[in-house]
This record gives sequence, structure tokens and C-alpha cells, in this order.
Amino acid sequence: MFGVELSMIWAVLIALAVFLYVALDGFDLGVGILFPFAKDSRERDHMQAAIAPVWDGNETWLVLGGGGLFAAFPKAYAALMPALYMPITLMLLALIFRGVAFEFRHHGRKTGKKWWTVAFSGGSIAAAASQGLVLGGFIQGVNVVDGGFVGGPLDWLTPFSLLVAASLVAGYALLGAAWLVFKTEGELFERARSWVKRLAILSALGMAGVSLATLSVDPRVTERWGITMTSIDWPTFAALAPLPIVAGALVFLLWRDADLRRHSQPYLYSVALFLVGYVGLAVSLWPYIVPFQMTPAEAAAADNALALMLWGAIPMLPVILGYTAYVYWLFRAKVTDEAAYH
Amino acid sequence: MEFDALLLSRLQFAFTIGFHIIFPAFTIGLASFLAVLEGLWLKTKKPVYRNLYLFWVKIFALSFGMGVVSGVVMSYQLGTNWSVFSAQVGSVIGPLFAYEVLTAFFLEASFLGIMLFGWKRVGPKLHFFATCMVAIGTLMSAFWILAANSWMQTPHGFAFANDGTMVATDFVQVIFNPSMPIRFVHMVLAAYLTTAMVVAGASAFTLLTKKAVAESGTALRMGVLMMAIVAPLQIAAGHESGKVAHEYQPAKVAAMEGWWETRTQQPTLLFGWPDEQAETTHAAIGIPGMGSWFVAGDVNAELEGLKAFPKEDRPPVWLTFWAFRIMVAMGLAMVALGVWGAVVWALKRIDRATLYHRALVLAAPSGFVAVLAGWISAEVGRQPYVVYGVLRTVDAVSPVAAGAVATSLLFFIIVYAIVFSAGALYILRLMAKGPETEERAPEDASEPPGSPLATGVASASAKEG
Ligand code: HDD
Ligand code: HEM
Ligand code: HEM
Repeated sequence: MFGVELSMIWAVLIALAVFLYVALDGFDLGVGILFPFAKDSRERDHMQAAIAPVWDGNETWLVLGGGGLFAAFPKAYAALMPALYMPITLMLLALIFRGVAFEFRHHGRKTGKKWWTVAFSGGSIAAAASQGLVLGGFIQGVNVVDGGFVGGPLDWLTPFSLLVAASLVAGYALLGAAWLVFKTEGELFERARSWVKRLAILSALGMAGVSLATLSVDPRVTERWGITMTSIDWPTFAALAPLPIVAGALVFLLWRDADLRRHSQPYLYSVALFLVGYVGLAVSLWPYIVPFQMTPAEAAAADNALALMLWGAIPMLPVILGYTAYVYWLFRAKVTDEAAYH
Repeated sequence: MEFDALLLSRLQFAFTIGFHIIFPAFTIGLASFLAVLEGLWLKTKKPVYRNLYLFWVKIFALSFGMGVVSGVVMSYQLGTNWSVFSAQVGSVIGPLFAYEVLTAFFLEASFLGIMLFGWKRVGPKLHFFATCMVAIGTLMSAFWILAANSWMQTPHGFAFANDGTMVATDFVQVIFNPSMPIRFVHMVLAAYLTTAMVVAGASAFTLLTKKAVAESGTALRMGVLMMAIVAPLQIAAGHESGKVAHEYQPAKVAAMEGWWETRTQQPTLLFGWPDEQAETTHAAIGIPGMGSWFVAGDVNAELEGLKAFPKEDRPPVWLTFWAFRIMVAMGLAMVALGVWGAVVWALKRIDRATLYHRALVLAAPSGFVAVLAGWISAEVGRQPYVVYGVLRTVDAVSPVAAGAVATSLLFFIIVYAIVFSAGALYILRLMAKGPETEERAPEDASEPPGSPLATGVASASAKEG
């Protein structure tokens, strides 16, 4: 009784952590993805300055997501991680390169700096892509028997996961471009605006593609949305139709506000777009935490462990959100020319 | 020896954590050192403390970044490579990791932003507060992770659930398990010592190379003071660790000491070559009775040798034995350097004691060596168990293909070699330059103390060309 509730609370909390991760680290990975399109080294310095004080805190949500999954749903963690061994490892390696590049870019001399510039953007792209592969591998489901992974090392590699990976790279780039609109001025601001417009379209296409492909992943998903190849169950679909409609509206607003030179709206709309996609995904996969294999209640840690953690999370999460907000507020100013270092 | 997923996963884990621990061992101490420097500056307004802060914070930023990225690797490896372990113990030590993230990692990461980039954006008091938060965060992080690791060494307060996984019966016992308090003390002292050795060594180097500025003299004294006080304490803490280990993991202590027979008057070996096949330690040179006296406080105490344990329950002896000796040797060397330093200081020769400075430069990495050796003896000595006496390492590994692990291990080695050599190069370059009497504060509001402008390096973008 109580157990089901606790595991549900934790499922929601972890989903929240993962979403915060995507919304926050998404934009700093996105800035890295856009590095190759910057005009020159000075512009890249500006771009990095727009994220340097906050990236570490952003990445910590990933640690909370992974650590929280281990702690709250050890069986899900144990089933998923070996199945996604390769893309996870790739992500970790990529995050190493981009993480150290924040400091190293400034200490490297001529070739050193060039190399760390490449490592920063290459690492950001690879990290985003491997997170897409992880997500794709997760959605399509893993081969589990008796709680243990029994598939092969390359199970995750499918056209579907590649599509998700490409879409996520585009989506993070959108978040990054929108963040730059918020944080920069002058020439870079103009360039970021044009990136937002293009990436909004690209992300919309990606989202549509992934959504349609997800329908064919499992009959349960098809049933939930009421859409099959041949027929549409209108009442079922109508209940969920607001999701794609809102997504469409958001893409339009994004495009328009980038056009209107608004500063903060594009980032907020991009996050909202991600939120819609996230809710859509949750609708498709509900109630599984390991798709089509384990529910939160089945994968959960013992009740006393979940309760103990909740006692920590209830006071700590507001405190964390509080000082995170404070740090963002402190560094809210636009990146100016002289401020571009670091 | 077969290179299966188990062995490869063990190698990968040992390799990646061995790299990770190098950075915490340094940043835990350095964060506290920086907090002290900034506090002294606020109190005395002496520019020397400010200059030292601005100098060491650059090195801190580099090390911390490497600590973070190598740490993120660790947190996912428990699942990718040790999934059975994760499923088995998640309900017991999972919450400890969760508390670590909630109470330590966010604190460190968020206030690091202010520490590095908020020099002019916040007032000096608030900046000092941020530095203190980072320092406290590193200590809390050590607390939780050591609680988890100690539980694996001396598991308490748990039972088995119906599905065969472990559950906690009492979280207070899980967290404050028997080896936790002393391991935490021993590790924090180890981190402070590691930092003291590096600070003293780097300062001695700048004094030797005649870039003698007042800052280096001050930092040298701070390092030597720390060393002189903490090194003896560390020996006491290590001794206490040994007693706890003997009580709960006697096979480990027998391996550390190279004892095979159970007898009274166990010796302390200064040298020896443990041989698992022959079940003996060749060429053993030691002091009879001293081992019994150290561990049990009585030369005539009868203590178990390795033969008292079935072969399949014995840890690898050679590595445990030698790692332990290296750690202890480093500890004794640190005590000696602390005493030497106190003497030259008392004689008012500390700024000119060239021979002493050379010795300090040589000893600068000794903390890292001791920390690695200490962890190796503690962890290898725990084998063949991951959770001592409860879960064997063979039974903990993920069902992954050996090929996948071999590939990832290869990539970890390549990537770490590149990234950490570059990091070491940048840190050594900064150290060789040493602090300046006019260490520049960041001029613009958003310039961090660690930025190239503060370093005095010309415009970063100009260099990329
Ligand atoms: C004695 C201390 C200690 C030990 C034994 C470990 N760590 Fe660590 N870790 C720290 C002390 C630390 C720290 C001081 O908090 C770090 C290190 C350097 C740093 O710069 O923060 C850190 C960083 C760090 C991070 C990044 C945090 C962030 O995003 O800011 C993660 C995820 C981990 N660690 C995880 C682990 C795991 C899973 C370990 C063991 C298997 C481990 N650490 C051993
Ligand atoms: C940070 C310092 C640490 C170092 C240097 C270290 C080192 C090692 C080494 C060398 C081994 C291999 C032993 C062998 O297989 O013969 C090992 C095993 C292991 N350690 Fe640690 N360890 C550290 C901390 C931790 C912590 C904090 C945890 C978890 C809470 C942990 C979990 C494990 C596990 C699960 C194994 C078993 C896998 C294996 O045998 O490789 N270790 N460690
Ligand atoms: C010279 C006296 C020393 C003695 C007698 C000593 C003793 C010990 C013992 C018995 C252990 C194993 C504890 C266990 O497995 O439960 C240990 C572990 C360790 N030692 Fe030492 N040690 C000494 C010096 C040092 C120094 C100087 C450092 C570092 C600067 C250090 C760092 C460590 C570390 C990091 C560990 C692993 C963590 C732990 O288990 O506490 N030790 N030491």
C-alpha cells in the first residue's frame, strides 16, 4: 500500500531530475554543439562564458538522475545499465572531454587551445548523441529475464535509436541557441536568433519523426494513442491530441519570437517544447520504468530506503533549487565583450 | 588468468577509481586551504594571503574539473559493470549515494561557480562564504562515500529480503558501521596531508628557482606546519584503522603483514616476498613480536595467519602486502619531513634551507602515492568479496560481453592518458611559475580568479590564431 505510493513519488522525483537535467545541461551541451558555427575564437569565448559558471551544477542533475535511479530503483538500474553499456560509456567519455575543456581551453597554448576547442564541441556533440542513443535504447525496451539483462552488446543500435540521437542533438542545439539569445548581444545575438529559427524547424521534424516511430515500438503504445497504420481511434486520440497541437504552437511561437528579437522567450518556449515531448513520452511508456518490463513498484528499493531518502529530499531539493536559482540570478547579465574570458 | 568480463571490469574499476581518487585527495585539502587563506585575508588584509588565494584557486579549478568528470564516470560504472552488486545492495547503500548528491555535489558545484567567477560580482564576505561551502561540500562528499565504502568493508545493520536482495534493518548502523569513523578520519587526514605536501613542494620549488617572493615563504610555512601536525596524527589514525581491520577483517591484516602461520609474537616485516603458492613469505626481515604488539597491544597475543583461512577466502597477498608497506613508508617520511621542517623553522633557516627544499620537492607527490597505496591495500585486501563476507566479487559483475568491457577499458585508458597528462602539464606549468607578489585580481566583473587575464596570460583568443 504505502510501498506503491513511495515508489510512485520517487518515479516522479527522478523524472523531474531528468527533465531538469535536459532543460539545463541541454543548453550548455547545445552551446558546445554550436561551437563549429561560431565566427571566430573570440565568439567561442563568449559562448563558453555564457555557460561557464553554471555547467557543473547543471551536470549534477545527471548524477542525481543516475544516482537516484540506483538508490530508488536498483533493479531498473541493474537491468538498464548493462543493456546500454556502450552508449553510456561513450557519454561518459564525451563528458570528460567537454568538462575539462572549460578550463583547459584557457590554459592551452596555440595548438593546445585549438585541440581543446575541438574537444569541447566534439565532446558536446558526442554526449548529446549518446544520450539520444540511451533514450532510444530505453524506449525500444531491453531484453530482461529474471531482472537481469540477457541481450547482446549492440542491441541498442537500431535505426530508431539513431533517429532519436539525431533529434536530440538538434533539440539540444536549439536549447543552446535559445540560451545564447538570452545571454548575448550584438553580432552573436543575431547569429543565435537565426540558429533558433532553423533549429526550431529541425527539432520539430525530429520530434514528429520520433513520435511516429515510437508508435511502432510496441502495440501498447499504439493502443494508448489510438493510432495504428490503418485506423485511428478518435476518442482515444482526441484526449491526447492537445500534446502535438501545443507542440506545433510552441514551434510557431519560437520562430516568431526569435524573429521579433525577444530575449528570454525563445529559451522558455524551447524548454516548454521539450516538456511537451517529455509528457508525450511518459504517456507512451506509462506505467513502466523499464519499458514493457518493470513498473516502479517492481523495481523499487525497500520501503525504508525510499522513506529515508524522501526525508532527505524534502528539505534538500528546495534548498538546492534555491541556491541554484541564486547562482543563475547572480550571473544573469549578458556576456559582454570584456567579460568574454572564461 | 582469463580476460573475462569479470577481470576486465575489475581492471576498469581499479583504473578509473585510481584516477578519480587522485583529485579528491588533493581538492578536499586544497578547498580547506583556500578557505583558510581567504579567511586570513579578510581578517588581516595582508595582500600575501590574497595573492596566494588567487594563485592556488587556479590550480584548484583545474583539479576540481578533473575530479568532477572522473567522478561522474564512477557513479555510472556501478550500474554498467556491477549491476548485480547494484541490485543486491541498492536498498542499503543507495540512500547514502543519494544523500551525497543532495548534500554535497550540488553544494560544491553551485558554489564553485561563485568561487571561480564571482570574484567581483559578490562582496568579499559572500565570496568567502562560497569558498567555505565548497570546502564543506568536499568533506560531506567524503563522509557519504566513505560510509558506503566502509559498509562494504564491515557490513552491519542489514538483512536479506525475500527476493534475496539486502535491505537495511538499521540505517544508523549502516552509516556508522564499525570501520566508518576511523576510515573517514584517516582519509580526511590523508587529503590534508596530500595537499600539504604539494603546497610545500611547489613553494620550495619556487624558492629554489630564486623566484623567491614572500608568498612562497608563507605557503611553505603553512604546508610545513600542516605536515608537522597532521603526519603524526595520521600514524595514530592508521594504527587505529589497523586495529579495526584486524577485528573485522583478520585475513586482510594477515595479508598486509605477510603472516601465514597463526602464532604469538607475530613480527612486523620490513621486507619480504609473499608467495601464495608456497604459502610463505620469502626473505622476510622483521622485528619479532612487534606485529602482535601493534595490532593487539601485547607481544604475546596470538594472531591469525593466512593459513587460518580457506584458500578461496584469502585476498591477493603480494599486492596487499606491498601497497601497505609503501603507504607506511610515505607516512614515516612525512613525519620526518615535518620534524626537519620544525627544526629549520625554529633555527630561522627555513627560507634558505636548500637541502630541505630539495627534499620537499622530491616528496611533493608522496601524498598521492600513499593514498593510492592505502586504497589498494584496503580494497585488494577485502577481496575476494565486494561486500565483505557477504557478496563475492565474482557474483557481483554485470552480464556484459567481455569484448564490450575490453573496448571501454581501452578507451578509458586512452582518454584518461590524454586528459590527465594535459591537466598535469597545465598544473605543473602554473606551479613552476609560482605565485606573484602582484597576483592580479580579475578586473572585470565576470572574470574569474582562474581566468587567463588573472593569470597574466595574454588574451586567450589571440593565441588560437
Ligand atoms: C574521499 C573522497 C572520495 C571518494 C572515495 C570518492 N569520491 Fe567522488 N568526489 C569526491 C570525493 C570522493 C569530491 C571531493 O567530492 C569530488 C572530487 C573532486 C571533486 O573535484 O569533487 C568528487 C566528485 C565526484 C562526482 C562528480 C560530482 C559533481 O558532479 O560535482 C561523482 C559523480 C563522484 N565523485 C562519484 C564517486 C563514486 C561513485 C565513487 C566511488 C566509487 C567516488 N566518487 C569516490
Ligand atoms: C577512492 C578510492 C578507492 C580506490 C583507489 C579503490 C580501489 C579499488 C581497487 C584497486 C579495487 C580492485 C581490487 C581487486 O579486484 O583486487 C577495488 C574494488 C572495488 N571497489 Fe574500490 N576503491 C576505492 C573506493 C571505493 C568506493 C568508495 C567504492 C564504493 C562505494 C568502491 C567499490 C568497489 C567495488 C564495487 C569493487 C569490486 C570490484 C573490483 O574488484 O574491482 N571502491 N577498488
Ligand atoms: C604510517 C602509518 C600508517 C598506517 C599504520 C596506516 C594504516 C592503514 C590501514 C591498516 C589501512 C586499511 C584500513 C582498512 O582496510 O580497514 C589504511 C588505509 C588507508 N591509508 Fe593508511 N596508514 C598509514 C599512513 C597513511 C598515510 C600517510 C596516508 C596518506 C597520506 C594513508 C592513506 C590511506 C588511505 C587513503 C587508505 C584507504 C582508506 C581506508 O581504508 O582508510 N595512510 N591505512
